[in-house]
Amino acid sequence: MKYESQKVAYAYFAVAMALFAIQVTGGLIAGWIYVSPNFLSELLPFNIVRMLHTNALIVWLILGFFGAAYFLIPEESERELHSTKLAYLQLLILVVGTLGAVLTYTFNLFEGNWLLGKEGREFLEQPKWVKAGIVVAALIFLYNISMTVLKGKKTAISNILLLGLWGLALLFLFAFYNPGNLSLDKQYWWYVVHLWVEGVWELIMASILAYLMLKLTGVDREVVEKWLYVIVAAALFSGILGTGHHYYWIGTPAYWQWIGSIFSSLEVIPFFAMMAFAFVMVWKGRRDHPNKAALLWSLGCATLAFFGAGVWGFLHTLHGVNYYTHGTQITAAHGHLAFYGAYVCLNLAIFTYAMPILKNRDPYNQVLNMASFWLMTGGMVFMTFVLTFAGTVQTHMQRVVGDYFMDVQDQVAIFYWMRFGAGLVVVIGALLFIYSIWVPRKEVLEPGPVERERLDNDPDHVATES
Amino acid sequence: MSDVSLIDELPGELLMWVLIISELLVFGAGMIAFMGVRLTDPVGFAEAQSHLHRTGAAFNTAVLVTSGYLAALALKWREAARRGAARLALVASASLGVVFLIIKGVEYTDKAAQGIGFETHPFFLFYYLLTGFHAAHVLAGVGILLLVAWRDDPRNIEAGAQFWHMVDMVWIMLFPVIYLLG
Repeated sequence: MKYESQKVAYAYFAVAMALFAIQVTGGLIAGWIYVSPNFLSELLPFNIVRMLHTNALIVWLILGFFGAAYFLIPEESERELHSTKLAYLQLLILVVGTLGAVLTYTFNLFEGNWLLGKEGREFLEQPKWVKAGIVVAALIFLYNISMTVLKGKKTAISNILLLGLWGLALLFLFAFYNPGNLSLDKQYWWYVVHLWVEGVWELIMASILAYLMLKLTGVDREVVEKWLYVIVAAALFSGILGTGHHYYWIGTPAYWQWIGSIFSSLEVIPFFAMMAFAFVMVWKGRRDHPNKAALLWSLGCATLAFFGAGVWGFLHTLHGVNYYTHGTQITAAHGHLAFYGAYVCLNLAIFTYAMPILKNRDPYNQVLNMASFWLMTGGMVFMTFVLTFAGTVQTHMQRVVGDYFMDVQDQVAIFYWMRFGAGLVVVIGALLFIYSIWVPRKEVLEPGPVERERLDNDPDHVATES
Repeated sequence: MSDVSLIDELPGELLMWVLIISELLVFGAGMIAFMGVRLTDPVGFAEAQSHLHRTGAAFNTAVLVTSGYLAALALKWREAARRGAARLALVASASLGVVFLIIKGVEYTDKAAQGIGFETHPFFLFYYLLTGFHAAHVLAGVGILLLVAWRDDPRNIEAGAQFWHMVDMVWIMLFPVIYLLG
């Protein structure tokens, strides 16, 4: 750790990982409700479990991004953070807001109250005071980070990261806008999470990935930056109008069907470019960084994002296809692999890279960490396949043949069982990841003679940072 | 490193090429979709097409190609250190862009007067999407040409001319597909 204030990231990563555990546990419960529908139906109904699963995901990913920014901005700008106090205050606000939201959902407190009650819009259910808290926290964050960058060195990585984070915060403001017209309501509703994941989050993803590649492979900054600009241009070009693929069936004019189909098909390109980028950087690399697990997560991130967001997104993005598949398990398959590949793996990559540095020790826990990668990835890919099969059967029976929804659900139960098994593996992987980051103090496997030799003789191979 | 990559050999601005390729993919996909949907209703498409002003569009093609030629001349002149001539050519090129937009505007107004809109027929959905999206690029191109006439570094002019050639090339593809294809 070069700068003392980078330590702030430690707290963010810790909270993010705790929420990660809650998120996957929520997923496991939801997966069980699919196979045993009355489970917890009185205590914790499915809609609340689902809310916790999705919202915890978003919150922990964002906390991870904030932590990543606090970790890498000082190094990029070559100066301490503007204020560590503000950074901790921001985290406190977010934690209080998250707890408030969870309690309000779970017990339906202050029902109907404009400020304290939940708001009811799917995914934007947070009570208004929590939304306001998120805005205050975001403002503190942007102020803190922007001041640091303005006073320090400006690099392409920090500029793009800032652009992405500013976009994230500004687009969240649409969470406050709730027009009475249902079509308009939905139109703006998509601005929040979907202009994130198909727009500004891709900027965050590309810049964090670029930072990791810079550190892990030692490629020239100039080369990394060129890739970064191309990826960002492709992401914004395709992603903004590509969000039109959410406007097919919500009452917006028919031209969205073609705008959405054409632009969203191009969204595959930036994800392909990120995958190519990651592999080319390793190919051209000139450094044998000891943190192999971080490299595994980075490459896994780029690859799985290409498949989850790119390929599985394209699978149902053309409006002629989406007419049949809309809202089936195909969507769930895409959602799981896209979020996992693009944003979960990204966060776990930066945690894996940064945590040993933040704890000021060598990356000991490589084997367990890599095992957790394969467990989580294997589980998630398996889940994606079974949900895709479930969705294909569902699309045919429900949308083509015209069978009733619940009858079809009975027919695809086998896939839900397999999904639960896959989910269990993901949860075990997630817990193993958290364990490998926090607990072991030495490597579980002894290095063999070749690796031992390198560790003893190659000074570059030992160093955990720079 | 000794290896010179293809990207390093590329003339002009890399990001402009990324933009140009992206635009060509979008217009290309749009035209393929148009022709695909046209196969489902050739008679309806031909009837709808008969409402278009072919002469106006043909004139507009000449306007845009001339404008592109002027932008190319501007770069040549700027590289020969004839700054004034280059600037004049860029302004003339941008003015022809405005002429294109005026003619296009007349065409749209006429359609609106006939009560023809997006929803009238699938032909017009594509007509408005493709030519409208193209017109938006002409508008942006006019701005870019004026911008590089003002900040007239040869690299800037090259990037502006690259963009402008993309815009006229797209029109040259749109014109036969939408207006003439019988």
